[in-house]
Amino acid sequence: MTEELFQKMAQSILDGDADVAVGLANQAVQAGVDPLDAITKGFVLGVNQVGENFAKGEAFLPELVMAGEAMKAAVAALEPEMQRRGTSRQVFGKVVLATVEGDIHEIGKSLVGTMLGASGFQVYDLGVDVPAAKIIAKVKEVDADLVGLSALLTTTMVKQKEVIDELDKLGLRKKVKVMVGGAPVTRDWVEKIEADGYSEDAIGAVGLAKKLVGVA
Amino acid sequence: MPKNIKSITNPKLQLNILTPQEVEKIHSSTLWIIEKVGVRFPSKRALKIWADHGAEIDAEKMVVRAKPELIEKALKSCPPVYPLAARDPAQDLPLDGNHVFVGTDGCGVEVLDIQSGTRRTSCLQDVRDIARIADATEEIGFHWVPVSAQDRPPETRSLHEIQAIWENSTKHVQTESIYTEREARAAVEMAALLVGGKDKLRARPILSLMQCSASPLGHDGGSLDAALVAAEYGLPTGFMTMAANLTTGPATLAGNLAVGNAEVIAGAALIQLAFPGAPVFYAAAQTASDLRTGAYTGGGPEDFLYGAATNVLSDFYHIPLSMGSFATGAKEPNWQAGIENTLSTFMACISMSDMLLGVGLLHGSRIWSFSEMMMDCEIFSTIHKTLQGIVVDDETLALDTIAAVGSGGNFLTQKHTLKHMRDIFLPQFMDRRPYTEWETKKDDARDWALAKARKTLETHQPDPLDEGVRAEMARIIASLEKK
Repeated sequence: MTEELFQKMAQSILDGDADVAVGLANQAVQAGVDPLDAITKGFVLGVNQVGENFAKGEAFLPELVMAGEAMKAAVAALEPEMQRRGTSRQVFGKVVLATVEGDIHEIGKSLVGTMLGASGFQVYDLGVDVPAAKIIAKVKEVDADLVGLSALLTTTMVKQKEVIDELDKLGLRKKVKVMVGGAPVTRDWVEKIEADGYSEDAIGAVGLAKKLVGVA
Repeated sequence: MPKNIKSITNPKLQLNILTPQEVEKIHSSTLWIIEKVGVRFPSKRALKIWADHGAEIDAEKMVVRAKPELIEKALKSCPPVYPLAARDPAQDLPLDGNHVFVGTDGCGVEVLDIQSGTRRTSCLQDVRDIARIADATEEIGFHWVPVSAQDRPPETRSLHEIQAIWENSTKHVQTESIYTEREARAAVEMAALLVGGKDKLRARPILSLMQCSASPLGHDGGSLDAALVAAEYGLPTGFMTMAANLTTGPATLAGNLAVGNAEVIAGAALIQLAFPGAPVFYAAAQTASDLRTGAYTGGGPEDFLYGAATNVLSDFYHIPLSMGSFATGAKEPNWQAGIENTLSTFMACISMSDMLLGVGLLHGSRIWSFSEMMMDCEIFSTIHKTLQGIVVDDETLALDTIAAVGSGGNFLTQKHTLKHMRDIFLPQFMDRRPYTEWETKKDDARDWALAKARKTLETHQPDPLDEGVRAEMARIIASLEKK
């Protein structure tokens, strides 16, 4: 019975169907299934399968993103029960994400957020046009391990440096790794501002994040 | 033809890409999107203009919903024909629907150094060098800011860039890198110096401004404010959609055209509501996102179809088009670059897009290559020749000459041959040498194109900018820089 439920959970992620995933999550809670089991024995298997299909070239980005969204919805539905039981999902790290001040370009940053969320990171997405002070405040509030900064313009890219300088000033630079992204970001720029790494796409960002927190 | 500028005009070839019924359907769908879904205008000034004309405003989300009648009425005041003025009036470009002009691409962030070939961060000197070469190159009709002057302060970078181009070329400048009201006002002051006053800009728009939309269905606030400043002084302005299948637009081509169209015509309508009769253009560089990475592709069959279809849309609205062609996703000048840039440019040319952007950039408009620049120019020349088609008349049928040669023999010694041999296209960079010669040298188009760019840079002396004007421009820029 529970085995069947776990299989359906994995399938809902494979299908990228958030509604079905949430329904199954609620069903599990009512049936007294440990939410952590629902995640690790059910939903995560779906995420892994989509990941494998993607790696083989059989699945495409929209399927990956939909699986990520379904996973996020399922975990959110299980969250109250986890709190009630005093348990929490093990995460690889806490990531604060933002598109920097003066820049409204959202999609790349949001994709990175979805991918990181689906891959076992706790993501705090602050949105677009976010001033450095707000990013720093969030880093301190959640005790973040990683900061991801997106910029699409050469004129706003400089704000990535501002955040790094600010972290440095507060003595947080050793503890908090910074990854940057966006079309104009190059390796030279990353070296110049002394960021910890960059990726040209969302898939690469997951690998980078895992590397930076030491799990890959 | 403007001095030292090649353009496509009166092409013989034609392409039917959308029927009038299909265009009508895309148009009515676009109006539905603007009325029911809305377009985001995150600018106080823009929202006030829309509100003053009775559009419905969602103040919190800054989304405007406008009735079809309001949009259609506003678009009626768009001028269908106007010139882009140049420092040298002999190089003014008529945007009249019967000319295709090519510009330099923009705005790259790295350059393959013209001497060393090393890839490095772009700077102001690159803007100067590229402008100087473009000034001497007949395939290039106007400039975009080709690369970002990253050695200049962010708050005035865009102004250093246009000054650098004006100092090195007499051709029209269309900038895509001004997206604040403050910089737009300064640019107007600078442009006014070249035509003898701000009141002269309307008749001689020596500068035009291109703004990117924020797909799906949005605009950038600074860009809107900058465009409104341009329109106030009669400088042509246009909104470019880059809505891409899968990510910022639907997976289907028609739907993506409708999303992009809604962004562009809502932007044009805003300009007309604020300044009726201000010159506006349609701009687009739509593409499909890569299925695996979601990245901008900069080429592929979808791009080619958008390249031809978009001019049908802009013609429907009677406004000129600035169309993204070239701009390959290839990492270096190679097979992929050749295919993508040829087909995208062919499709945009055959539908007579007024302005094409543009030559020179690799990796989805990120890395400047002087080789690619010159080879892209040759792609345009090849298409220019192809679109002239086949002329069939007594002179071209050449029956007397055919009779004179008879069966066997050859046409090399015929007067008719001498008269018409220069009609045959002579490429600059195609390798037609004997195999043995190639085998000895192993060089190719990339080497010859780079050599031509180097030589042009060394030898070409552009008509200098008046020293007083130059100093005044520098003063305007300095006044905006942080101390």
